[in-house]
Amino acid sequence: MIYNTTIGNITYNFIDLKTVLAKATPYRSGDALAGLTAESYEERVAAQIVLADIPLQQFLQEVVIPYETDEITRLIIDTHDTQAFAPVAHFTVGELRDWLLSDAADSEMLRYIARGLTPEMVAAVSKLMRNQDLISVARKCEVVTKFRNTLGLKGRFSVRLQPNHATDDIKGIAASMVDGLLYGSGDAVIGINPATDSPAMTTQLLQMMDELRQQFEIPTQTCVLCHITTALSIMPQAPVDLVFQSIGGTEKTNSSFGVNLSILAEAQQAALSLNRGTVGNHVMYFETGQGSSLSASAHAGVDQQTCEARAYAVARQFSPLLVNTVVGFIGPEYLYDGKQITRAALEDHFCGKLMGLPMGVDVCYTNHAEADQDDMDNLLTLLGVAGCNYIMGIPGADDIMLNYQSTSFHDALYLRKVLGLRPAPEFEAWLMRQGIINETGELQKVDKQHKLLQSSW
Amino acid sequence: MHKHNLQQALIHTDPWASLRAFTAARIALGRTGTAIPLQEVLSFRMAHAHARDAVYSLLQVEPLTQQLTVLGLPVNQLHSQAADRHEYLQRPDKGRRLNEGSVAQLMGNNSPYTSDAAIAIILADGLSATAVNHHAVPLLSQLIPLLQNINLRLLPVSLVQQGRVAIGDEIAMLQQATLVVVLIGERPGLSSPDSLGIYITYQPRVGLTDEARNCISNVRPEGLSYQAAADKLYWLIRESLRLRVSGVELKDQEGLLNG
Repeated sequence: MIYNTTIGNITYNFIDLKTVLAKATPYRSGDALAGLTAESYEERVAAQIVLADIPLQQFLQEVVIPYETDEITRLIIDTHDTQAFAPVAHFTVGELRDWLLSDAADSEMLRYIARGLTPEMVAAVSKLMRNQDLISVARKCEVVTKFRNTLGLKGRFSVRLQPNHATDDIKGIAASMVDGLLYGSGDAVIGINPATDSPAMTTQLLQMMDELRQQFEIPTQTCVLCHITTALSIMPQAPVDLVFQSIGGTEKTNSSFGVNLSILAEAQQAALSLNRGTVGNHVMYFETGQGSSLSASAHAGVDQQTCEARAYAVARQFSPLLVNTVVGFIGPEYLYDGKQITRAALEDHFCGKLMGLPMGVDVCYTNHAEADQDDMDNLLTLLGVAGCNYIMGIPGADDIMLNYQSTSFHDALYLRKVLGLRPAPEFEAWLMRQGIINETGELQKVDKQHKLLQSSW
Repeated sequence: MHKHNLQQALIHTDPWASLRAFTAARIALGRTGTAIPLQEVLSFRMAHAHARDAVYSLLQVEPLTQQLTVLGLPVNQLHSQAADRHEYLQRPDKGRRLNEGSVAQLMGNNSPYTSDAAIAIILADGLSATAVNHHAVPLLSQLIPLLQNINLRLLPVSLVQQGRVAIGDEIAMLQQATLVVVLIGERPGLSSPDSLGIYITYQPRVGLTDEARNCISNVRPEGLSYQAAADKLYWLIRESLRLRVSGVELKDQEGLLNG
């Protein structure tokens, strides 16, 4: 296919599909660093005009990374569901955008076509959409997952309680856990990023969380976000609810993370065989983020947002309970400021949801990015409107182990309050039984005698 | 007094403040409505302000040069290809390479090559010049006598503006160093705007990546002390020269030795 358009007296020629995708992408520092971005504002819009007229069928003919050299391309092509694709098969990318925003594309229809859309189609259409479009289509998607509670229902909004500690101190972590639970957080998962990725430490942390969960009969799941091979090495002895892994959108990116599709499948089977879920068996937890492929010199000339959407093809193969993009963690050389972080988060949330994933977002930034808590407040609110499944809850938004700023337990309460959102139903009932919230979701005054404060400190 | 009482009446305090003894995390903050009380908002904002100021802080080139000269170390003042902080933050590749003038400067004053081991020491601003301004000289004051005691040859020290860790590789190549030690400002955290990192690389050359290096992190009075950092660095330098490796292989050896 020939990709060109003439604007005034300039004809823009784009050599292939991946070049159209890259040049059509709203500006971000990572694509500039990779040398992939449009060279002028005009060229960017020209690429979008070309992109709008490309038939979706073309994405099944022309892959962005060769089938022979990349197992994720093979996964995308080999698992493409032609029946699910049928309702949109005759569209161009531009027509898909208009259709997604129409009333014909309701929640049920969007769920039906999810497996018919490849990540490149989804990335392509997102590049034509304004932030408003990304929000209103994502809001129509409902992706429900279950383990010990039910996540992602409309009108619900969950929180991963992230009680990290610089030296994995057990009491320090437990203190942050109790703080978060008493502020109504922890329904998505209670998940620790360990400072030391060792089998012994991971097991110890898992046991501590599992005891606390059982002692107080908390309807949630726990996770230590260790490398997947560490989790594999301690199953079945250790109480592993969810298997975690960072993933990317190219085979080479995943190699740099020390994983591939077969290790992911092996870990999923191992976790399923433990049979620890009570209301469902979604046992995988994935983190992603734009820029990881470039960071690993593994982007193969594909823009960072398209690489990110390809990571979602990996994720959906393993029916995860949770997926989140850690949007602002990677640094300003990939997403420079609050504007770029916001745009990327809305794209990631939209692409993941449209592909059928239970998307959460780590609304975050590092201290060398041009961003602050005001940017996080804006993004948090936008994501709440977009129907994001969950965010992170960190004491005071300050992660003392990973040294970055995210969202706090208070931030989650703010969002629930202003948008009338409630925790996962099983967890909400537990919070009421504990006297932590009342029937209207308001936080209650807790006294010193509360049983969560009576553990053996 | 009135103002203080009013604030206390508005704020729900949390009865688990005693748990703060177990963690530096911002727990038991209390709330007004669902919001964080203002006092904590301001304290967070101040911590972020310190971190932001650190990112934009400048290497104090002249004072550092004077202090290093007092230690008996000649100094090269160098600059990376990143023109300013804005470019530095978006183009990590440019922060890893010297600009033309700096290359010419190093080529011009190369001492004749000898076969004995030579150490290149680099001070680069990284993401917190404040860290280098505060901690590099006190640390070197502890380290240099240890190195002189074992008659290691020290090459002139390089002060690099807008530099990243890997710029040490290019400098050390031009200086024909056996081993390079890079002291660099780490990415500031909310409670650590001036944390110094140290990277050691054996047989440095352009194109090496992190697995070729050993790292000592969080050097500052509230973290790893100058004395402890100097001792650890001295040990790593000696072992690296003895085993002729650095990075992952040296780390494995460290495990064996400790075990």
